[in-house]
Amino acid sequence: MAENSMITLKIDGVQVSVLEGTTILKAAKDNGILIPTLCDLEGLTPYGGCRLCLVEVTGSPKLFPACTTPANSGMEVTTNSERLKSYRKMTIQLLMAERVHMCAVCVANDHCELQALANQLGVNHVVLERHFTREPIDSSHDFLVIDRNRCILCLRCVRVCDKIEGVHTLDLKNRSKDTEVIMDLDESWGNSCSCTGCRKCAKVCPVGAIYIEGEAITQTKHRDVAEFITARRNNR
Amino acid sequence: MSTTNTVIADCNSSSSSKVRVATVWLSGCAGCHMSFLDQDERIVDLAKRIQVVYSPLVDVKEFPEDVEVTLIEGSVANEEQLEVLKDVRAKSRVLISLGDCAVTGNVTALRNSWENSDKEVLERAYKSSEDLQAAVPNMVPKLLIRAKPLHEVVKVDFYIPGCPPSADLINYVLTELLAGKTPNMEGKAKYG
Repeated sequence: MAENSMITLKIDGVQVSVLEGTTILKAAKDNGILIPTLCDLEGLTPYGGCRLCLVEVTGSPKLFPACTTPANSGMEVTTNSERLKSYRKMTIQLLMAERVHMCAVCVANDHCELQALANQLGVNHVVLERHFTREPIDSSHDFLVIDRNRCILCLRCVRVCDKIEGVHTLDLKNRSKDTEVIMDLDESWGNSCSCTGCRKCAKVCPVGAIYIEGEAITQTKHRDVAEFITARRNNR
Repeated sequence: MSTTNTVIADCNSSSSSKVRVATVWLSGCAGCHMSFLDQDERIVDLAKRIQVVYSPLVDVKEFPEDVEVTLIEGSVANEEQLEVLKDVRAKSRVLISLGDCAVTGNVTALRNSWENSDKEVLERAYKSSEDLQAAVPNMVPKLLIRAKPLHEVVKVDFYIPGCPPSADLINYVLTELLAGKTPNMEGKAKYG
């Protein structure tokens, strides 16, 4: 079968063999090459939203998101050029400038993927003037809280709610910088009739936008929950 | 940057003079200065090589001329600080943003989400939360509409984020600068 045939490509000069249909991100990861990501999460449908995993493919002037681009036979991929590094730094800065990202006063301080990537990539200041949003925090739910000022719109919560929990309580409204995660038809969370309170959105949120009231962040965050459930389902 | 470092190295190598270092406290909680002191016994080694010519920790009223390295804690939140920062920048060879407030605005910039934050925070602090003699003080410097990180106002040479920044990192940066090297900050700094 075509899906099972192996293909070979080069990632950062290293020859690798993967199953046809594998994404560049997975192919790299399986061969020990880590590409920075924020929106990607094992077990969820790739979305290609955060643009951190952009890679260069020899012969194309375009950059490709590694999480949504299938590896092709004979491809030569570069994952960590100076150009990509500078773009990734700028992407982090754009994310930090778009809403209120002040680590010291955030529930997810020290357990935040955006913060970790900023530190790792050496983004030690934001050159852009920051935009300060003022969205009211919705704590109307019994225990789930959303602070949209910290949201980076990675849509992990929307995808985990749809694909893993199968409910699709969460979705988006508006466009561009005004985009917001909403519950049902823009209800407050406490009034949402479809939310099952499964907490998966809080578990996978890479930042401190969705959290559980009165619970330590280390207890809340289980970012492998989607991978775990998907694997169990496939085995069954 | 290389020229500034050469200047420091030159200054350091001449036996007669120590490197002139200053620290400044703008809108912050003094936690960054605590971290500076948290260098503990390493401060003794530093003291052999630097002279602290201006700081909240020493009793000097005027910011002096010809300072080699200035560490600034806190954001720029009022008109006085704006003037101080410009003055300090003009008199310092190397200027370092010390801590999250100086680098991002941090807690002091949370008020920026309010459109008239310069008025609203004072109303909130001195009027709506007070029962007796509620009045906004009029003898303090006027707040800026937004609390800003230092690099939005002046050129900043190095950034040491962290709330507070780690004493190890402060020591690393100072030691490197004193050795005439450019500190490599990649992967070392940490927000929050």
